Amino acid sequence: MTGWSQALSAHPAMPEETQTLTGNRGLQLEELLIFEQNSPGHCGVDLPEPPAHKSRLGGLERRVPIGLPGLSEPQVVRHFTRLSQKNYAIDSGIYPLGSCTMKHNPRLNEKMARLPGIADLHPLQPLSTIQGALELIDTLTHWLKTLTGMPAVALSPAAGAHGELCGMMTIRAALEAHGDPRQRILVPESAHGTNPATAAICGYAIDPIPNNPRGRVDLTALKAKLGADVAALMLTNPNTCGLFEDEILEIAAAVHEAGGFFYCDGANFNAIVGRVRPADLGIDALHLNLHKTFSTPHGGGGPGSGPVALAAELAPFAPLPWITHGSKGLEIVERANGSAAQTIGRLKGFHGQMGMFVRALSYMMSHGADGLRQVAEDAVLNANYLRVRLGQATGGALSQSYPGSCMHEVLFDDRFLKDTGVTTLDFAKALIDEGFHPMTMYFPLVVHGALLIEPTETESKASLDQFADTVNGLATRAKAGDIAGFQAAPNLTPRRRLDETAAARKPVLRWRPEMSQQKAAE
Amino acid sequence: MRYLPLTPADRTEMLVAIGAGSIDDLFADVPPTARRAGLVDLPLAQGEIEVERALSRMAAKNVAAGSVPFFIGGGAYRHHVPAAVDHLIQRGEFLTSYTPYQPEISQGTLQALFEFQTQVALLTGMEVANASMYDGATACAEAVAMAHRITRRAKAVLSGGLHPHYREVCQTYAQFSGLEVQTLDPTPGRIENITIDSDTACVVVQNPDFFGELRDWSALAARCRQQGALLVVAVTEIVSLGAVNPPGEMGADIVAAEGQGIGNALNFGGPYVGLFAAREQHVRQMPGRLAGQTIDADGRRGWVLTLSTREQHIRREKATSNICTNSGLCALAFAIHLALLGETGLRQLARLNHATACNLADRLTAVPGAQLVNDNFFNEFCLRLPIPAAAAVAALAEKGVLGGVAASRFYPERDDLTNLLLVAATETVTKEDIDDYAAALGEVLR
Repeated sequence: MTGWSQALSAHPAMPEETQTLTGNRGLQLEELLIFEQNSPGHCGVDLPEPPAHKSRLGGLERRVPIGLPGLSEPQVVRHFTRLSQKNYAIDSGIYPLGSCTMKHNPRLNEKMARLPGIADLHPLQPLSTIQGALELIDTLTHWLKTLTGMPAVALSPAAGAHGELCGMMTIRAALEAHGDPRQRILVPESAHGTNPATAAICGYAIDPIPNNPRGRVDLTALKAKLGADVAALMLTNPNTCGLFEDEILEIAAAVHEAGGFFYCDGANFNAIVGRVRPADLGIDALHLNLHKTFSTPHGGGGPGSGPVALAAELAPFAPLPWITHGSKGLEIVERANGSAAQTIGRLKGFHGQMGMFVRALSYMMSHGADGLRQVAEDAVLNANYLRVRLGQATGGALSQSYPGSCMHEVLFDDRFLKDTGVTTLDFAKALIDEGFHPMTMYFPLVVHGALLIEPTETESKASLDQFADTVNGLATRAKAGDIAGFQAAPNLTPRRRLDETAAARKPVLRWRPEMSQQKAAE
Repeated sequence: MRYLPLTPADRTEMLVAIGAGSIDDLFADVPPTARRAGLVDLPLAQGEIEVERALSRMAAKNVAAGSVPFFIGGGAYRHHVPAAVDHLIQRGEFLTSYTPYQPEISQGTLQALFEFQTQVALLTGMEVANASMYDGATACAEAVAMAHRITRRAKAVLSGGLHPHYREVCQTYAQFSGLEVQTLDPTPGRIENITIDSDTACVVVQNPDFFGELRDWSALAARCRQQGALLVVAVTEIVSLGAVNPPGEMGADIVAAEGQGIGNALNFGGPYVGLFAAREQHVRQMPGRLAGQTIDADGRRGWVLTLSTREQHIRREKATSNICTNSGLCALAFAIHLALLGETGLRQLARLNHATACNLADRLTAVPGAQLVNDNFFNEFCLRLPIPAAAAVAALAEKGVLGGVAASRFYPERDDLTNLLLVAATETVTKEDIDDYAAALGEVLR
């Protein structure tokens, strides 16, 4: 450790001698809201004067000002550039959020999504002018069918949770077609929150299934809960403990025997892509997150894309629209009649997340069958490497929740922090000061103070080593009794810990002019 | 493979550290019958040059909207997006970050979302807005579900002027939830009769409506209030709010809008950005994420995601929605474009759209046989042709003009709509485009 970094760690809060006049700290620049930078009448876009015309707004002209600020282009560019600099990103470092698959986002994908023949295409253009777009979607469908081994793929869902809705609605529709929609959905306690929320929208009651001591679904408990009123099991595999459900064939058989469907949350498909086909596991419906496994960027919270692979029994109930091969080329089926009479209907405007389809296909074509298999292998290898570097059983400092090897992510809990006074949250915040995005915290709910780590295949060994050294070092520091240091962290970020309780108690969800006037008066 | 940093030597060394004999050992939990020894039947890896060539070939088979006189709307609009927008959203710190769950290192995204929420509230004339939904159609379906939660009533009445995709998505979302969705038949050119009773949770209308007609919904809002129902107003062309009285001023309780028209390309239908705005009193029943203002440990202003007890990751089956990932980057594009436009820019952009559409309507209705259906409109209107509109669209496309959308694409069963053509004009339409369209339509209708 150099003298400089020692000085910083000795004075976690901003030392007086480095306080600045502006509040800026070198490259960390304070930035007002755009509404506080208003030059009335100013504009960052040059538009021609509207040609002469007689208004046909029918007396419905806007009567009140909108209240938007005026800024020039350089001001806007600087504003958003400064904001961007307050974000951590996968471009800047490892982003080990478990179950989020924060992998590198290739820039070729961005370039392809911006080709005029794709980005500048209207969804309602005549079929003769969009054959290439339909070919692209058809090609993507082929890749996804082949990778899942399933006969149909519904492409319109806009994200993972939307895909779940699609899958569960097709299941309900299929059951209703047999005159028996049933009442219950079984959901393991380790599931993503979207699973029970989705099942509820489909009118189902949720029945939780406990984990067994090995971090998998308790097969005996599952069998005990199965019955003629169970519509489906929603299972994530590999699960959110980072483990492959090794009794999955028995699980599938039991669910099917009870007349239910087997829905799989494919958020963790990255662990098995190219090595395991979900169809071979007895799965009836599975959503894929193109923004996880297939590298489309998360964009600070979206957009995503959540195609759903469906078994033959569910395929007739898929949402509109879909593509068929017709006599004059590719066609779009968008009416609920004929071959589409049993569809659940439309889940979204137009045809789905085309911009994400292009990126995902660009990624898959780049990797190929060989590269995708390597993706799964390297993702699992990297997670296991972190497991042994971090786990107490192998010389690390963290307490692994379920011993043994993992898939693409590894789950630890807070036993290693016992009696230190440091919480999982404190530990994560200290990691931020070290220049890392924390792992997923407090999820899954099945272990205490969870720390779920997913490095993905796009981290180098050096990156993993640096991360592991830091995490182990922080654990040592926690055990040495530096509670105050952890509780104060982070200290080196644009903002220190934010008061989330106050934010929720009296929500301020938008700017109002009086807020800035008040501030100026203070 | 250029996306994979591990070298063969790394892999060997790491397997030794793990104590695994081979990579297959790490997949030992997979049932033997599901293990695939060989590669799946798909092409092998290709370099950047090959992939770019293959995808560019597919793209080249399409007719890009910007390459022809272009007049298609119907819920997606071709507006000019300033170059700065696409540059800024491609900054890796925005593009490649996750949902801002760690606020200390996500202040950029959070402040941008707070600004976005403010812009949406201002534009729609509402008190609060969320951090975005998937698109306008799903925002509309979520609005219906929210009205159901607030009023505890079972029926949603959807206007015939609501975009047919929005209607269909509302029906899909509601089909298993115990909600009754009543859809009124479209009556372009005529005012529809909307009945509100004590079972009505909400009435959903659109402005401008699917056929481009502008309406004042104030009286309907008052009737809804009297009956204890909510008024949901959908807006599919967000630029219209630069010129048209916003839903909030008309008394809307919830606004569900498509934000694509600001900041986002056509993208063949997605990704787009759903806008969702409501009254403050209903904020705890809203779906989706919310950025909120707070202070940090040093008392400095900052932002966090807030009211998350509404959301699925906390509330699970009792959440207000199952939505998680939304349209963050599209919302950012919207925020940047609107920051560039500002008050004067958006109002001028809206006037420019309206003026262009007025001139187009004058030129097209001068073509013998073409009649204007609308009394008033913003930048999209409906023509009644002497021939089926679908045939006219195809004939115009052969002449290199993308002239609009036939209403029959959405309502094939309605004979009275067969000859209706929806035509839109934005600021990207030139005088020459209008000349070309008028000439081509003249030939098609001759």
